[in-house]
Amino acid sequence: MQDVVIKTDNLTKRFGDFVAANAITFEVYKGEIFGFLGANGAGKTTAMRMLCGLSKPSSGNATIAGYDVYRETEEIKKNIGYMSQKFSLYEDLTVLENIRFFGGIYGLTNNQLKTKSEELIERLGLESEAKKLVGSLPLGWKQKLSFSVAVLHEPKIVFLDEPTGGVDPVTRRQFWDLIYAAAENGVTIFVTTHYMDEAEYCNRISIMVDGKVEALDSPTQLKRNFNASSMDEVFYQLARGAKRGD
Amino acid sequence: MRTVRFLLQKEFRQIFRNKAIIAMICVMPVVQLAVLPWAADYEVKNVNLAVVDHDHSTFSQQLVQTVTASGYFRLTGYNDSYDEAMRLVEGDQADLILEIPSGFERNLVRENQQKLFVAVNAINGTKANLGGAYLAEIIKNYNQTIRTELVTGVTGESIHAIEVTSSNWFNPLMNYKFFMVPGILAILITMVGGFLSALNIVKEKEVGTIEQINVTPIRKHHFILGKLIPFWVLGNVVFTLGLIVSWLIYGIVPEGNLAVLYLFIAIYLVSVLGFGLLVSTFCETQQQAMFIMFFFMMLFILLGGLFTSIDSMPEWAKTVTRFNPVRYLIEVMRMVILKGSEIKNVVAHLIIVTLFAIGLNALAILNYKKTS
Repeated sequence: MQDVVIKTDNLTKRFGDFVAANAITFEVYKGEIFGFLGANGAGKTTAMRMLCGLSKPSSGNATIAGYDVYRETEEIKKNIGYMSQKFSLYEDLTVLENIRFFGGIYGLTNNQLKTKSEELIERLGLESEAKKLVGSLPLGWKQKLSFSVAVLHEPKIVFLDEPTGGVDPVTRRQFWDLIYAAAENGVTIFVTTHYMDEAEYCNRISIMVDGKVEALDSPTQLKRNFNASSMDEVFYQLARGAKRGD
Repeated sequence: MRTVRFLLQKEFRQIFRNKAIIAMICVMPVVQLAVLPWAADYEVKNVNLAVVDHDHSTFSQQLVQTVTASGYFRLTGYNDSYDEAMRLVEGDQADLILEIPSGFERNLVRENQQKLFVAVNAINGTKANLGGAYLAEIIKNYNQTIRTELVTGVTGESIHAIEVTSSNWFNPLMNYKFFMVPGILAILITMVGGFLSALNIVKEKEVGTIEQINVTPIRKHHFILGKLIPFWVLGNVVFTLGLIVSWLIYGIVPEGNLAVLYLFIAIYLVSVLGFGLLVSTFCETQQQAMFIMFFFMMLFILLGGLFTSIDSMPEWAKTVTRFNPVRYLIEVMRMVILKGSEIKNVVAHLIIVTLFAIGLNALAILNYKKTS
């Protein structure tokens, strides 16, 4: 039996009459790369924000790394990393300052900060940019930096909300190398994306349509179930029925 | 506490990299204190006066000369008819009309009395009121002079009159600037503190960086402290700059103890910053925060006793001013800087502002939600 690190049970979020996330139920296992797919407006971000303790569910239950999403949000936050859809490191701080700041907030010691930031900058090949303001970096590098900052404190789970949106194919490839490296170290990856080639990289995928999880399986199994040749086709078959959208 | 240190480091770096903030902090106190006290002055000068002289006598000439020599009036018309003068008023070239009837000199000498007519353009109430009062006062003095001359000339007796002498305490020369400068300094600190703190958190919301903070296990009061302390320091810098500027330009040196001033400012700043933070917790965009802060700033300033005396406000307005922290700062500034008040004189103020500081910050922390 695999370790369950995320477990949701009929997790729901309503905004007035609008049900953004409707009775979501699934489990995510330790060390797995879990793809969270869905069209724009399907409720992915809402669901993810609930799992991160940024948003209170309207009903249902969920535990993240064993902690309850209603009562133990601060415990959850110690154990997760989060990279939002919108770039949210400080543009007016340098690469090094951002790393040190977030590391410090997560309670890393000075020694850890020093070794971690050196390691990180070397891995990302940002040696010559370390003292430059983050605002001046190209998007692809910003995203890689964001990811690295999100896993700096060695969280059990990292949530990535469209981490590669607007990033070129080469950088996307490099980004996924970072994800694989983290997963190999036992970090669970929970990722949303609109790129179906990226979906193929995931161990398992859920597809959300209009606030509900309509399919959940490995990419191979999904293609078989939907009698499709590619993930693209699977997604299309499911998302076609969607009533919500941009 | 280590978390707070990281927050402070970040906050100060961002402040020092923001040229606009640095410029604001240096330029605002200098410009506001150098310019505003000269302009925000209640003394009415340059009242435009139109004289209608039907008498054309030595006495009427003398009267006009006395009036214009006072320095408060500017003669913009010397007409023969009231209608002509009225046209000047309608054309906004005159604020006051002084009509001297024919036979002015003769009646004054022979019958010992004469009536003058003063017409006031009351659109600008303050100017009209004070201008009218000045004019009446000058004419009264002139009258006294003439009567003294006439009477003593004839009988050799002097006129008995009651004379009131007054002395102006704490501001002997009635220098309006001494009154305004401490008040303007108070507003300055309030603006800098309130706006900087309100806009700062909202900016993090707008840019999205607050999400990255909210998803960390940071404690709410650590976060708020990390925001308060930098702006508290800036507030003190602005205040110190302001004191130096008012000493350099106006020669104003606080009569009272500087330590009392700084103690009060220290607590006051916490309350104003708390207010800014509270506003920021309600807003999603900097625009919203700006509007809300402006709304309150207007109330704070106009109900703070800077321009108009709180004593002459209606009772309900006086009650409102009790909930205005700016009022207490303006009072304390004037008390300590002009009157040399000591700590025991401002204890009540200190207590009230401390309550504001605790209350507003508690609300800000309560209302700041990491989980929405």
